[in-house]
Amino acid sequence: MAQQIAFLLVFVVANVFAIRSAKRIWDDIHLGQPIDRTDQPAERFKRMLLIAFGQKKMFKRPIPALLHLFVYLGFFIVNIELLEIVLDGLFGTHRMFQDSLGGLYPALINFFEFFAVAVLVSCVIFLIRRNVVKVPRFEKPEMTSWPKLDANLILVFEIALMFFLLSMNATDTLLHNSEGFFFSNMLTPLYAGMSPEALHIAERVFWWSHIIGVFFFANYVFYSKHLHIFLAFPNTYFSNLNPMGKMVNMDAVTNEVKLAMGMQGDSNMVPPERFGAKDITDLTRKQLLDAYACTECGRCTDNCPANMTGKKLSPRKIMMDTRDRMEDLGKAKRENGKDHHDGKFLMGDYISEEEINACTTCNACVEACPVNIDPLSIILDLRRYKIMEESKAPAEWNMMFQNIETSFSPWKFPPSDRGKWMNDMNS
Amino acid sequence: MVKTMAQMASEGKTPEVLFWVGCAGSFDDRYKKVTLAFIEILNKLNIEFAVLGDEEACTGDPARRAGNEFMFQMQAMANIQTLDMYKVENIVTACPHCFNTLKNEYPELGGNYNVVHHSQYLQGLINDGRLKIEGGAFKGKKITFHDSCYLGRANGVYEAPREVINALDAELVEMKRCRTKGLCCGAGGAQMFKEPEKGNKDVNIERIEEALDTGAKVVAAGCPFCMTMLTDGVKNKEKESEVKVYDIAELIRDATKES
Ligand code: SF4
Ligand code: SF4
Repeated sequence: MAQQIAFLLVFVVANVFAIRSAKRIWDDIHLGQPIDRTDQPAERFKRMLLIAFGQKKMFKRPIPALLHLFVYLGFFIVNIELLEIVLDGLFGTHRMFQDSLGGLYPALINFFEFFAVAVLVSCVIFLIRRNVVKVPRFEKPEMTSWPKLDANLILVFEIALMFFLLSMNATDTLLHNSEGFFFSNMLTPLYAGMSPEALHIAERVFWWSHIIGVFFFANYVFYSKHLHIFLAFPNTYFSNLNPMGKMVNMDAVTNEVKLAMGMQGDSNMVPPERFGAKDITDLTRKQLLDAYACTECGRCTDNCPANMTGKKLSPRKIMMDTRDRMEDLGKAKRENGKDHHDGKFLMGDYISEEEINACTTCNACVEACPVNIDPLSIILDLRRYKIMEESKAPAEWNMMFQNIETSFSPWKFPPSDRGKWMNDMNS
Repeated sequence: MVKTMAQMASEGKTPEVLFWVGCAGSFDDRYKKVTLAFIEILNKLNIEFAVLGDEEACTGDPARRAGNEFMFQMQAMANIQTLDMYKVENIVTACPHCFNTLKNEYPELGGNYNVVHHSQYLQGLINDGRLKIEGGAFKGKKITFHDSCYLGRANGVYEAPREVINALDAELVEMKRCRTKGLCCGAGGAQMFKEPEKGNKDVNIERIEEALDTGAKVVAAGCPFCMTMLTDGVKNKEKESEVKVYDIAELIRDATKES
């Protein structure tokens, strides 16, 4: 009974905290501008199935993709067993479904155990890739101590959880003198010499360690890049369905241009607070969702022509900065009221001109991202702010603008020479 | 022979297609040759086409990518007025940046046209049997194709230029990074018009190294900016006597020359 009450308490506390964190993420994302991405639901659903559920883009690199698939499937499948664990915890039962499921029960547990082992092995390999082999994309400057620790912590955590789960089954097998399960039976020698009392305690310790670990994980995830396990789904659903080359039209500018050219425009349309994006509040909610969904995997940066030739730009850093800024501003507003502003901005305080100016708009980052994040759209919105609000461009760009304005070409040639090549040809 | 839309209009004719030449195709000495090569093909097949001549203006692409939305939209609106004045329906262009802008970005500003890149247009001519390649100056020769970002990833056109090259009976060899993974030449996003930021290498050098690794003596491109960047890359590697950068229209023109 005492255990039941203790469990209920832990269960409720874990859920309350998780819900509070989810609310925080929701509020942070709503700092951004509304955007409608609800058209073509069938196509959107298909993308979500293929890319988030089916991990399609991961398989551009088969080995990490396979390992990741195990961890991901393991996460879903092993968690089915959680249902029984939680119910056992609440009702003080022991393996609640064992009798009613009959022969299916050991088959199911064996299936879960297979995935537990697969997760464990994959996580060990992932740890080696990060810390021994040192895969280059995990070693870039934006991978400072926290992102690195975050990634390692989660891996160690997963390994520990799976070990607890398997040990729980192993001690339980010994305790009840039952047949046991395929994989956890490999662990029984570890605990074989123990007295029944010690076994009982060990089984309880593993049971509790596992479930408390799960609850901790469920809360930690909101502070980690591992939020992608949930947000990858909405993020791929709300993907950009246009050709990648198409930039978002600024309707407010269209209106002003129309009025300036003496065409019919809407003279009542209020121009936006500012053109382009200076801070995360100018970005769309999809762009902010992107930042929370980012896995920090660095596939974008790995494919970025600017980054691979030693420029400061890293599309992953753009996403990480956007997330950091969103969390900082969200926190400041929660502490000091909705209208508070901390005097900082995404452009300048987090991301520099040198970074955004180096982008070739090649879309390699967008193509590479396994969860359909669009770092380029943020870069372009920041550029729009720099040029249209601060008139700050590299001198050569100003020259290019001037040429377009005066001679309708980015190069300085008299417009009357545009057809000159024809004379050469027709003569 | 090349006529402007204005000349066509005065003769009361509407051409099959408008050839959007673009700024590089009009002013850049190297790309003017591509313009001429493409026109040679069109003329040879008796295709009724026209250009805008002095009435063409920058699509606004570099201004938009640099962040100058006002300037882009001013350019776009002015161009749409010109195109609509001549009731243009079909456009072909040899510049992926113009292609992307005209095709994807003008509709929202009221300009709706069927826009194709010249690689798609050439592919169409080959498939229709209108363009026949005999003689085969490139038969069996190794050619590698550089995907331009604005044709490939930006618009998903990967096969058209490759089919054109295959029609030459040449041996198409791919670079390590190609199609969706194709590496940028370094000029997009208005980089063409400024010096790169501080780094340890230029993007076009990285790219040309991959192209040279294929062993091909011909690097095929379909974009004026890529053309400049790749040509500079070849020069940087002091390979200009062995390795040539050509536009796919030039390859077709040269392959059909003798026949
Ligand atoms: S679009 Fe810009 S940030 Fe993205 S890969 Fe290309 S150069 Fe890098
Ligand atoms: S933006 Fe996408 S590719 Fe880049 S680090 Fe984040 S998840 Fe990985």
